[in-house]
Amino acid sequence: MDTNDLIKALAADTRRPGFSMNAVWFATCAGALVLAGLVFSVLLGPRPDIAIVAETVRFLFKFVVTIALAAAAFVAMRVAAWPEADLRKLLPYLAIAPALVVGGVVLELLAVPQDAWATRLIGTNSRLCLTFIPLIGLAPLGLFLLALRYGAPSRPALSGALAGLAAGGIAATFYAAHCPDDSPLFVATWYTIAVLGLTLLGTLGARWLVRW
Amino acid sequence: MSGADDEHLAGLLRGSVAGDEKAYADFLRDAAVLIRSWARRWAVGGGIDAEDIVQEALLAVHVKRHTWRNDAPVIPWLHAIARHKFVDAVRRQARRPTVGIEEFEETLASAETEKARDWEIGRALEGLAPGQRSVVNAISIEGCSVAETAKRLDMNETAVRVALHRGLAAIARRFGRD
Repeated sequence: MDTNDLIKALAADTRRPGFSMNAVWFATCAGALVLAGLVFSVLLGPRPDIAIVAETVRFLFKFVVTIALAAAAFVAMRVAAWPEADLRKLLPYLAIAPALVVGGVVLELLAVPQDAWATRLIGTNSRLCLTFIPLIGLAPLGLFLLALRYGAPSRPALSGALAGLAAGGIAATFYAAHCPDDSPLFVATWYTIAVLGLTLLGTLGARWLVRW
Repeated sequence: MSGADDEHLAGLLRGSVAGDEKAYADFLRDAAVLIRSWARRWAVGGGIDAEDIVQEALLAVHVKRHTWRNDAPVIPWLHAIARHKFVDAVRRQARRPTVGIEEFEETLASAETEKARDWEIGRALEGLAPGQRSVVNAISIEGCSVAETAKRLDMNETAVRVALHRGLAAIARRFGRD
């Protein structure tokens, strides 16, 4: 078949193109939040003293970090799905959450005596954190990878890593409402490991799933 | 690559999204010329046929046309898709066992008889289900309209359109896969 024949066939295929990417991302985002919320409320639920801790700086700080991560990664992932995307302008926004964490760690080290650092870092529940952040993030990650597959990212692995970060940010936001450890030292260690796990999974998953 | 070219292509593509079959054919022909000029430059000395890249990129443009935004420039979008397909082809090439010099000579010889040579798309076409293949064949190689194809294959027009749509999507998926 030569190229002109192919063009005849393509031009005759007049079925309307599918949903717009904007519609797909809107639905994906809503679906990811609903599924993550569902897994969270079935398996964990918020911590019992949430009404009291909701006024403490350390507790609220967790949400600032995780929401900053989720938002920046989601926006970058959306852009990455266009084939001609130029991500250089967006990647700096991904540095916001890590910078906040670093700032939080520094303040915590200044505020807390040195002999309490290790206790704060180890916390009470790191294994729970490492289990449930990936678990809550799994369904959002799957949805994001499907949306990327529907798009046309010219850098599939990078787009998958962004999907993992976005899913990790969403999962960490939910998990933070359950987690009894509020110290930035804990967040900087265990949340980071859990989110990076999802990022790795997203990168590998995209190589297999996001091919076009 | 001037702004006027892009405007022209964008106009055709907008028309085709609105259902103008003729505008879409014009768009694809112009896009093929552009992609061919890029692909020839990329494929120099690499053992990759530029026309394979053109065909694969056109298929990708077709199945991914929802990733073009109405207000975005067309040429960078086309370029990115074509480049992606070229990189893909290079990667596949690298995975294949290296060819002996005899085979290479054969390729050189057949380059002169361009018309007789079948591109990778032919192989993808052979992999289709028989029903889809006869529809795609009739409309592309034999140049039939949808109505003529329906009459000849004793199908209704909707079934022809569905078979064409699915067949092309399947070719796009299989194109060049080992």
